[in-house]
Amino acid sequence: MNNLTKPLLTVRNLKTYFKLDEGMVKAVDGVDFDVFPGQVVGIVGESGCGKSVTIKSALRIVEKPGEIVDGEILYHPQKNADANDGPVDLVTLKAHGKKMRDIRGNEIALIPQEPMAAFSPVHTIGNQLIEAVRLHQKVNKKQAFDIAVQALHEVGMPNPERRMGAYSWELSGGLRQRAMIAMALTCNPSLLIADEPTTAIDVTTQAQVLNLLRSLQERHNMSIIFITHDLGVIAQVADFVVVMYLGRVMETGTVDDIFHNPQHPYTKALLESIPTVHSPSKELLPTIEGSIPHPFNRPAGCPFYPRCADFMAGVCDKRTPSLQKINDKQSVSCFLHHDKAEEDEAA
Amino acid sequence: MLLYVIKRLLLLPLLVIIFSMFAFFIIQAPPGDFVTSYIAELAASGSSIDQAQIDGLRSLYGLDQPIYVQYLKWMGRIITGDLGVSLDWQRPIAELIGERLLLTVLLGIFTFLFTWALAIPIGILSATKQYSFIDYFFTVVNYFGVSTPTFMTALVLMWLAFSKFGISITGLFSAEYVDAPWTYDRVVDMLKHMWLPMVILGLDGTARLARVMRANLLDELKKPYMEMARAKGMSEWRLVMKYPVRLALNPLVSTIGWYLPLIFSGSVIVATVLNLPTIGPMLLRSLTNQDMFLAGSIILIYGFLAIIGTLISDILLVWLDPRIRMEES
Ligand SMILES: Nc1ncnc2c1ncn2[C@@H]1O[C@H](COP(=O)(O)OP(=O)(O)O)[C@@H](O)[C@H]1O
Ligand SMILES: [Mg+2]
Repeated sequence: MNNLTKPLLTVRNLKTYFKLDEGMVKAVDGVDFDVFPGQVVGIVGESGCGKSVTIKSALRIVEKPGEIVDGEILYHPQKNADANDGPVDLVTLKAHGKKMRDIRGNEIALIPQEPMAAFSPVHTIGNQLIEAVRLHQKVNKKQAFDIAVQALHEVGMPNPERRMGAYSWELSGGLRQRAMIAMALTCNPSLLIADEPTTAIDVTTQAQVLNLLRSLQERHNMSIIFITHDLGVIAQVADFVVVMYLGRVMETGTVDDIFHNPQHPYTKALLESIPTVHSPSKELLPTIEGSIPHPFNRPAGCPFYPRCADFMAGVCDKRTPSLQKINDKQSVSCFLHHDKAEEDEAA
Repeated sequence: MLLYVIKRLLLLPLLVIIFSMFAFFIIQAPPGDFVTSYIAELAASGSSIDQAQIDGLRSLYGLDQPIYVQYLKWMGRIITGDLGVSLDWQRPIAELIGERLLLTVLLGIFTFLFTWALAIPIGILSATKQYSFIDYFFTVVNYFGVSTPTFMTALVLMWLAFSKFGISITGLFSAEYVDAPWTYDRVVDMLKHMWLPMVILGLDGTARLARVMRANLLDELKKPYMEMARAKGMSEWRLVMKYPVRLALNPLVSTIGWYLPLIFSGSVIVATVLNLPTIGPMLLRSLTNQDMFLAGSIILIYGFLAIIGTLISDILLVWLDPRIRMEES
């Protein structure tokens, strides 16, 4: 919320590619954004635009054949002894190494896209929560049990002690999601990443989970990266918004700016495609012309130009606009607002 | 869980009775009976037997009675614990089986342990290092293992051992120990002979089990809980062993019960080829000679163990997988 403090997480020019036999999938192709302490950053974009790959890159859990090929992910550790040593570039750490594992789950926790399948079906919730506690805290089983129960209690799980012995498939979708959130909370992370945490559950439960996340954020003063393809949800939770399209950031700004003063043609089109902010629709983009290009044949230049209402021939299809500040809080990658291309910076 | 086991146990006698009928009628199915094949054997050696003696033999063994009477008499004796006398060997069946049981079971257990101890690590290694050199290597080896008939392997190895090294690798004992009483030296001699049949009998199963383990594990490695466990900060090896390996093993562990009848009988063909003093070859001989009570007894015990084995497998599955436990209760 406070832009004067140093960012907790800084992502710069992140590129994560999947090298397939059929060709290179540039899932994330030059992403920039910051997350400040205590801030809820919403990343929004159509399905397949690289949201999950972006945060998997930050956690260094991109699956093969995906690979971070360029960029930096600077994180300010808050917990360990070298908390004052300044930021660590997570890209330079070994993905499965001790340093990265000390950050994963401990400093940066994940609430995954599919809470249904993210728990092991043959281990109890308690077993998996206790494991999460003991991975990062030197406590005995009994203490770990208490911490886990406390976390379940905090996310509003009824009967938390008894639920420790339950299996994930014995819980309803909403409770399962709460258990997931509890697991992420057990180590008191500084940054919580929620990847479409409400996609799989019904609307009423969805609202409860969103409220829960908001209140947890305030109580723990965490930062949250909240991923969704649903602008309606963004409006309810985010302070700051990152709009993504085809692996690139189109626009960033405060939630007010994005909703009331959008600058990028893609953001405008997104906003026009939902009737009102408070009736989130499942089909997000019925009104945007054309369809998302296949990841193998990405257009040259701005990825959005083939569908863009303000397409400028000879400009947008030749050079790729870079993300530039247009005022204090808002940045846009569009030649309508500036003429700095990615190619200029590389040169 | 307990209720489930009790329910299954109550079904047991019924299954055994049905199975015993099958066994008895199938043994009876080929034309002729023990006396017919006895006559043929005598004829082959140049002697003969008159009709009165034939009828005498038939009524002595009860072969002149209708088949269901024979079956009921047989069952009646078995219920009192009497397996009867082998027509062919002219000795009590319990004794015949007992003699061979120890070696058969030992070989069966060794083979089983060998198979699992080898196949599971190979499966885990192949799956976690999919498409690596080691994975391709085991894939090729496994294909050989699965596609070569076991008796072929046995014959080839026997021939190799005999032609190259001049040693005979049949049987489970050296000549001097075959009929010797059990001593320390005899045990050592047996172990020296046992490893080869163990390897031959185990290769096929190892290859299969490793393939199944690899396939199961590959499925599990793609599951979202893997990503979650990584995101928690678990080390790669530990999480692989705790989650996907456990889930991939569940269906396999539940097949353990199926080995029970195999441990009792051993392999028929390979044991015959290798001339092993186990129960398998005895079953083959009893069938060819229409030694119906011996064959019937072996098949009955086999079937009984198969039923018990399946029960054990089902219980294991229920015990290992809470989702199934839930459904059953
Ligand atoms: N394991 C993978 N192998 C190949 N391509 C992948 C893989 N994971 C993601 N991708 C590709 O990366 C792109 C972005 O995916 P993702 O980040 O999951 O999108 P979303 O924004 O819906 O979360 C998609 O085009 C997808 O096809
Ligand atoms: Mg996603």
